[in-house]
Amino acid sequence: MSALTTDWNLGTSGDDVYAALVEAHEGLSDEDCRRLDVRLILMLANHIGDAGVICDALKRAREGL
Amino acid sequence: MARYEYRPFDYHKPPELSGTPARRRPVIIAGAGPVGLAAAIDLALHGVACVVLDDNNIVSRGSRAICWSKRTLEIFDRLGVGERMVAKGVTWKVGRLYHGEREVYSFDLLPEQGHKNPAFINLQQYYVEEYLVDRTREFPDLIDLRFKNKVIGVTQTADAARVDIETPDGRYALEADYLLACDGAHSPIRSMLGLTFRSRVFEEQFLITDIEMKADFPSERWFWFDPPFHNGQSALLHKQPDDIYRIDLQLPADADPETEKRLENVIPRIQAVVGERPFEIDWTSLYRFQCARIDRFVHGRVIFAGDSAHVVSPFGARGGNGGIQDVDNLAWKLAAVLQGQAPAGLIETYNEERVHGADENILNSSRATNFMTPKNGLEHMLRDEVLTLAGSLPFARRLVNSGRLSLPCSLAGFALQSDDDREMRGPMVPGAPCLDAPVRDAQGRTGWLLDHLGGDFILLSFGAPQSPRQDLRHLAIAPQPIAGVETLADDEGLVAERYGGRDGAAYLIRPDQHVAARFAQPTPEKIAQALARARGLEAA
Repeated sequence: MSALTTDWNLGTSGDDVYAALVEAHEGLSDEDCRRLDVRLILMLANHIGDAGVICDALKRAREGL
Repeated sequence: MARYEYRPFDYHKPPELSGTPARRRPVIIAGAGPVGLAAAIDLALHGVACVVLDDNNIVSRGSRAICWSKRTLEIFDRLGVGERMVAKGVTWKVGRLYHGEREVYSFDLLPEQGHKNPAFINLQQYYVEEYLVDRTREFPDLIDLRFKNKVIGVTQTADAARVDIETPDGRYALEADYLLACDGAHSPIRSMLGLTFRSRVFEEQFLITDIEMKADFPSERWFWFDPPFHNGQSALLHKQPDDIYRIDLQLPADADPETEKRLENVIPRIQAVVGERPFEIDWTSLYRFQCARIDRFVHGRVIFAGDSAHVVSPFGARGGNGGIQDVDNLAWKLAAVLQGQAPAGLIETYNEERVHGADENILNSSRATNFMTPKNGLEHMLRDEVLTLAGSLPFARRLVNSGRLSLPCSLAGFALQSDDDREMRGPMVPGAPCLDAPVRDAQGRTGWLLDHLGGDFILLSFGAPQSPRQDLRHLAIAPQPIAGVETLADDEGLVAERYGGRDGAAYLIRPDQHVAARFAQPTPEKIAQALARARGLEAA
């Protein structure tokens, strides 16, 4: 099991990725935005393929909520 | 500290209005702002004469452009004004980002050691213009600076531009081979030619204020998202020379500009930022961001540079710096064409290369503005959660965008640059702006590599150059002086490190300090071919 990468891992494409995230949600209702996010989470979780990493990310994402 | 004293420049009755017949000029420059003045100086350094026309007779009112980037300072060094700017300016490298009450993180822009110039200085535009005007005075035979000479009409033929000019003493006309329109964001020449900005205007308004204040704030850039002291979405505090501070406050999209500009409304907003300290308001301005450019920067004999060609939002310091890089790219090309050393097509490469630069600046500037002014609930949440994560997770800090500060763009892949040599390593690929490094000259004086580059085409060789050419300046990097060649010692090894320098390798460097070609094993044929290409003598 590897650790969650919290250092920068987006090379020179950070602003491209941020813009793509914003654009993907454009024109969607709040409900559909949530659907999109859930689909995205499922796909990326599968791509990562490491339950430990995913659980670590979930734990950190819950902090302060 | 006395506040800046605006001294009017002298107006002189143009000789054409006193009976002297108008002579055709190589170049007329419209606009004596930083871009027009830098263009006049750069052309003069290439031996090209120009007339500079300005409708006004003082420097910029208010600080306007304040952040000058390392690349701009390197260009100013080449123009002979950089050191004076750095001596006067506030050098800064630390930026702090706040979200509400909380400091999210700070960043240090300090580049690696071994560069002459800092990442940025803050210096009011009026000082920059004053220093540039002083420098133009050192070329009395080449630069004819005419204040209160307003361009009121432009016509052009296949080989000339004609400008109608209005002065306090009446009207006259001048003809030139080329007209440079450096007449600003509201460019009258752009309107006269019927050209339009393809524009994206942002909804939000920004109140920009310079205050004079005694304070012990460090020389840092402080940026707030959702500032606790202000009901807008962002705020910026930046220090300038003479105890002047720049404060940018974002206002709601529906705020009434006339109301907001009133001093009695500005003062409480500033008090909210600086607290109880006494201050005086020096200058204030209110505007909506706009990101735009014209389709082409070259229109026959009329060439646009600076804000007349492209405008960006201010976060990221890409307006003034972008304009100075336009000049850097254009002046040597224009000089080569006017002096018959290159075909007119070389000027088209200015259009290609700087449209690319402008697009990069517009993209970065638009994205920073989007980050600061989220348009809807989701975008707002995404932005806020990036800021939340940035407190503890390093990756998220690099997603925070309060302005991606101006870096020179690469010209890789454009017509003048040769293909890279696969045997060469390191970041200095064809198209890259040259990196600085400490060097020692043959007289034993320590200095900087960039002070030895630029102006002409230069072949920079590691070790003795192979079969030197008469029409090329040669510069060698070697521990001991080489007979007949300007030699620089690389005592700290940083030239070799940054240029992947190995013995026998060579770089062909453009007059604007960009790499045109590099060779692990240079031959006279390879150099001749790359030089012809870089001079625009050969189609790609």
